[in-house]
Amino acid sequence: MKHVDEYRDADLARSISAEIAKITGDRPVKLMEVCGGHTHTIYKHGIEDVLPRNIDLVHGPGCPVCVLPMGRVDDAIAIARTEGVIFTTFGDMMRVPGSKGSLLDAKAEGADVRFVYSPLDALKLARQHPERQVVFFAIGFETTAPSTAITLLRAQAEGIRNFSVFCNHVTIIPAIKAILDSPDLRLDGFIGPGHVSMVIGMRPYNFIARDHRKPVVIAGFEPLDIIQSVHMLVQQLSAGRAEVKNQYTRVVRAEGNVKALEAMARTMELRPFFEWRGLGFISHSALKLRREFAPWDAELRFAVPGIRVADPKACQCGEVLKGVIKPWDCKVFGTACTPETPIGTCMVSSEGACAAYFNYGRFSMAAERAKMPVIDLKA
Amino acid sequence: MCLGIPGQIVEFVDEVNHIAKVEVSGVKRNVNVAMVRQEGIVPGDWVLIHVGFAMSKIDEYEAQQTIKLLHGMDDAYTDELKALHESEIE
Repeated sequence: MKHVDEYRDADLARSISAEIAKITGDRPVKLMEVCGGHTHTIYKHGIEDVLPRNIDLVHGPGCPVCVLPMGRVDDAIAIARTEGVIFTTFGDMMRVPGSKGSLLDAKAEGADVRFVYSPLDALKLARQHPERQVVFFAIGFETTAPSTAITLLRAQAEGIRNFSVFCNHVTIIPAIKAILDSPDLRLDGFIGPGHVSMVIGMRPYNFIARDHRKPVVIAGFEPLDIIQSVHMLVQQLSAGRAEVKNQYTRVVRAEGNVKALEAMARTMELRPFFEWRGLGFISHSALKLRREFAPWDAELRFAVPGIRVADPKACQCGEVLKGVIKPWDCKVFGTACTPETPIGTCMVSSEGACAAYFNYGRFSMAAERAKMPVIDLKA
Repeated sequence: MCLGIPGQIVEFVDEVNHIAKVEVSGVKRNVNVAMVRQEGIVPGDWVLIHVGFAMSKIDEYEAQQTIKLLHGMDDAYTDELKALHESEIE
């Protein structure tokens, strides 16, 4: 599977799907795709419509914007409103609602909030404005944490003291553990995140196979990557095996990216606990700066409220993030909550399940599909 | 943020800080290559870029196919590409 065209080959997708149907028969199989990028691909390309009906893809918590709790957005806004601060953020975070508006609202009211593409762009702003305090709103899983780490190492090496990081990096493994321990959901296996695995490698997933007896297949982002990963998972399930396999060998190495892990280990350490939207407090699930990097830690430099804020009552992002309900099951989906006026984070980020359903119209197709008779792909 | 953007290494511009110039969709920008140096990258190689950092060496097929996939992503891709084009990493 190397050439571009092969990935889009609808016939190949259907033949793999028929294979999956042959292996699983009518047995319901529930697989979680952990990564928001996968969720996006699944709805963009209608993968659920290609797979046999007994395969249920459940969307996981792998959307960094979605899992950040409202209290942390409020903390970010409090820093952004501080006199003399230039507050820098990835575009995705701008419209995420806090309890009293978003960063975009704060900007409209006079706070100096700026989009940056990279933490290195934030560091450059600090060099250009030595009289200002430049803060970088660091979010993301292990895919982006190493970039923050290398930026911190450079700030330290250059002695740039008017730069700091508001660190909200989270780690994927404790979230998967929390889902496995949750009584709400019974899963048969996991489609592992491609680019987090590019950093952490394959070994951290071993406990899922060993202790929980569930297979994991790390997947790429093309439609056929995902379909092939489902095939690899059901093959394991039917043979009674539970192993960690890598479908995305083009990018993911078994050992991960050693340089990236080194940079993270030098600059960051695990927090005792961290709140996740929907999943609650999870121990050792997020990163903070090491003591040596205290001069660059925005949480120490600025007064952050640090107050836990409950989600709006109408919002069911928490249940969507745990995979307990589908986006269209939420009471406000597509009515009060849309990408233009989001109530919950899952509707803000393009990696959020609700935004993906909404944008690609899959919610209506899925509703129709529920009414359709079962199609026997073996025929 | 999650998908990454493929870019082709043009030249190294700062050996100490591991900064290289890459070409992405016809535009040249600087990115940090500290995390892929161990893979022995040279000008002409393709890398997958996340938030201004090359995270993995990829082959040309993978690069082209990812670019095609990203073009189908509409806003998610164009927003990120626009952001990258505005980046001024040194």
